[in-house]
Order: sequence, then structure tokens, then C-alpha cells
Amino acid sequence: MTKTILVGCGAGFANDRPDAALRLAQDLAQRSGQRYIMLELLAERTLAEAQLRKRLDPETGYSARLFDFLEPMLDLCIEAGIPIITNGGAANPRAAAQRLRHGLAGRSPELKIACVLGDDLLEETPPRYERWLASGPLEHPVSVNVYTGADGIAQALAEGAGIVLCGRVADPSLAVGAIRHGLGWAADDWQKMAVATTAGHLLECCTQVTGGYFAHPGMKDIPDPANLGCPIAEVHQDGRLIIGKTRNSGGRVSEQTVKEQLLYEVHDPRRYLTPDVVLDLGQARVQDLGEDRVEISSLLGHPRPDTLKGLAGVRGLWFGEAEISYAGPGAVARAALAREILLQRFDQLAPGIQPWIDLSGIASLFNDQGGRYLQKQLAQAPSLEDVRVRIGLTHTDRPQIEALLAEVESLYTNGPAGGGGVRRHLAETVTTRSFLLPRDEIHTTLEWY
Amino acid sequence: MNLVTLADYAHARAGDKGNILSIALFPHDPAHYPWLLRELTCARVAEQFATRQPSKVHRYELPNLNALNFVLEDALEGGVNRSCGLDRHGKSLSYLLLALRLPGPQG
Repeated sequence: MTKTILVGCGAGFANDRPDAALRLAQDLAQRSGQRYIMLELLAERTLAEAQLRKRLDPETGYSARLFDFLEPMLDLCIEAGIPIITNGGAANPRAAAQRLRHGLAGRSPELKIACVLGDDLLEETPPRYERWLASGPLEHPVSVNVYTGADGIAQALAEGAGIVLCGRVADPSLAVGAIRHGLGWAADDWQKMAVATTAGHLLECCTQVTGGYFAHPGMKDIPDPANLGCPIAEVHQDGRLIIGKTRNSGGRVSEQTVKEQLLYEVHDPRRYLTPDVVLDLGQARVQDLGEDRVEISSLLGHPRPDTLKGLAGVRGLWFGEAEISYAGPGAVARAALAREILLQRFDQLAPGIQPWIDLSGIASLFNDQGGRYLQKQLAQAPSLEDVRVRIGLTHTDRPQIEALLAEVESLYTNGPAGGGGVRRHLAETVTTRSFLLPRDEIHTTLEWY
Repeated sequence: MNLVTLADYAHARAGDKGNILSIALFPHDPAHYPWLLRELTCARVAEQFATRQPSKVHRYELPNLNALNFVLEDALEGGVNRSCGLDRHGKSLSYLLLALRLPGPQG
């Protein structure tokens, strides 16, 4: 029998469910063989938000919910010898490591906590990132990071890390590092890296492969959808890859759930670029083995790219939204009149700032800035008795946005009959810019706590 | 002509990268794959998303998976960075594709 390792994923984004992660850890602790848990806690803009928190308090800046995931499973994983690998170090892996060590209060002195550093290009003195920005310099960047690959993680595990805290690292690489360590696969064995990266890609959004982002009653039903189990990849020395999930959990792993996630956010399936390999899914096959286990095969790999992706986060844009509703007879006509009034008011008060306007119930999710989809739907004379008018605005001038959002509230007294339920929301939004940089310019390092 | 709704024959998942929308689509019955290959041309998908004014539509075929992967450039109104819309990621847009009406497989 060839060697098999298990890699479970307990989080697919910053606000995922810690109770599901704990059940994953409890399940893995009872299994045998080499096991790992990965926690993916960063989205494109999360890192910039973490940098802002770090500026206010240098002891923060790691993922806000990192410890909600780590603390309940920590003793269990230490006891069972399950390394935890996470990008939840975010903008400050060192601070996360210090808090973790402090929280252990002398317990588990043998536990080695590694920080993988080198992704934070803003931290460099002097900063080098400006030379790689194709479209000119950045004004007030709050974060500039490079998506590193699995090298630092594999090295940390080889040196005995029980917890690996990373900042920005490509999501699948969290699993690739574990698999390289567990099975001794070489970083330039492209076929094996294709298998490892596919495992990471299927795991990285956690329950999106076990029945989340999937159910459609009557068409695609999912058992116990309130308690989806976290995914577990079984990776065999010979390159077999099987996706399963936490025992006795809700959800389902089927050909359908795996196929949907296999192509999720993929553009050209024959050239999926990651820092570890160029993955080719063009020949991929998916086979249901029953009992929530699905095998993925015929994965091809090509040498990893010479460039890495960088991502900069920039401040200064405000995103405002305001809503008001109309219900009962003539609701559509009154909501449409409210829209006309708002368009005219905006034109008078702030020519050049065009609001996005939805009539929820008629057109919102599928709508567009120009209201083309809304017009198309309105032309079909929809009959609804509860319609919500929503405006959305982005601008660098905060007071201007506030004034325009107030126009929605002013419809209480100035607008069509029976308008109610105004809500307003305004928040700074970080915009991101991606760029490419030469791989050989980036060297990750380890720090131990 | 006897038109059917794509959602009755296929399932799909949407993803975003910047201002680029991708949608992977799978027939419930693999026997319907050749029919979808024939009907769901880039032009037909571009027409379904006309109000989003994509600058380019790509289609990738994955016969082993009985899948089609559509990539629509500039279709997310600026995407999660800049869109003023409710669904800045475009997560719901798999269902705009599934709302497509097309000639049935038996025709």
C-alpha cells in the first residue's frame, strides 16, 4: 500500500464557521497517518484591512478571526501531531505568533511556531515594488504583497513547525506545502505539483466543494445543509487524489460539487497559473467513489511561471448605499417615480456623478450601472407589491457621497406616497491593483516563536 | 420553436477575478453535452449578457468533464473593487446564464 496523507481545510474565507473547523479537527484527530489542517482566511482586500488595523495597533494585523479558529482546535492538534497551516497571519504573522505563544502560557513548549515572511513588499526598506508597477506609481498604498508559493511552508514543516503562519500566499499553496512535506514530493516534479495544486484548489474555499454555494431545491439537493462538513483531501504517494469530508457532517461530496469547484475562478483550464505549477485541467476526470468520496485524475502540470503576482491595496474610495421601499397597490409605479426623482436630483446637485439604481424585486443582482437590465425588466410591466429602491455610489469625496445618500432619506417627506424603511451605509473601500514581478526577486524567510 | 430554460438541463457556478466573470456550466445529463456545445456559442452567451456589455467572451470545452467554461471580460461593472452594485462579485450571475432560453435538446 502506498503512503497516504490527509489534508483538511477548516476555513475558506475570513468569516467562515469555526464550529465546522473544530469538527474537522476532532475527526482528523481520530484518524491515523500523517494529517494537516489548512485555514484560508484572506480575500483580495482583507490584507489591506489588516494593514490598517496594524497601523492603529502594532500588536494586531493578523486575520481578525484567526484565534476563533485556532484556539478551539489547538490542543487537539498539538496532541494528535496535526500541523496547522494558515494565511491568517495576514499583515502581521509575528504578532499572531507572539499571541499564540503567550496564550499557551508555558504549555506545549515543544510546539514550534513558524512565520513565513517575505510577501510584504511595503515592509521592505527601501521598497522595491514601484519598479514592478506597470501603470505608474501608487498614491497611499496600504498594502503591497506578493503571492508566494509553497516553498516557505514546506521548509517550515521540514524544520518541525507545528503551526505555520503566513501572510499572502497563493491559496492552494497552503495545501501544496503540506503535501510536499508529507509525501516528499519535489517542487519541480510538475505532475505531482499538479496533483497537489488541484488538491489545494479544491480545498481552498472549504465547504464550496462539500455542498456550499451549490444547493438548488429539487434540482441539486444537499443533506443537512446547515451543518456542511469541511473537505478532506486524501493524497496518495502514487498521485491519486480523493476528496472527502468530515465524518457525520452535513453536505455532500459528489461529481457535481467537485466539478463546480474544480473550474471555480479558473479562466483557461489548460493554463491555470499558480506560483507552484501551471496546472492543466484539460484532460481531468472526476469519478464518484460513493460515500462522499470523489477521485480526481488525469491532471497535468507544466513548469511554474517565472513571474509571481503582486497585489497592492489603495485607500481613498468611498462606497455608499441607501435604500427605501414601496409596497402595496402601485408599488412598481411609485418606486419607478422615486428613481426618476433621484436621477433628476443627482443631475442637479452633482452632475457627473451617476448613481447605480436598483429596484429590488425587478432588477438588482443582474442590474448594471447604466440601468440597462432594469429598463429591460420594466418594459415587461412587472407586477409586484413590494419594491425596494437602492442606490449605490462610489467616489473619493466623502461629504459629497453623504449629501447624495441623504437624498434617499429626503424621499420620506419629498417623495412618492408610502415610502418607508430607509437604510444608509457608507464605508471606505480599498481598491486593489495587481502586477507581475520576477520570481527570483522574492525570497521568503522563516522566523520561529 | 419549442424553447426551454437552461436551468432545467444544466447547473453552473460563477467566479470573479477583478472585472472578469467566469461561469462553469455542466449538463445534468451528460448526453446533453453535444447539444449545449452546439447551442451555447460565445455569441449566444454574449447576447444573454448584453446588458453587462462584455468586451470579449471566451468558451473553453472540457469533454472529459462534460463542462463548458465561459469567461466574460469586463462584465462585472468594475468588479469587487469599483462596482456600485449589490453583487459586486457577480456570484449570482451563474443564474443569468441559466435563465437563457434555447431550443430544446430534442429539436
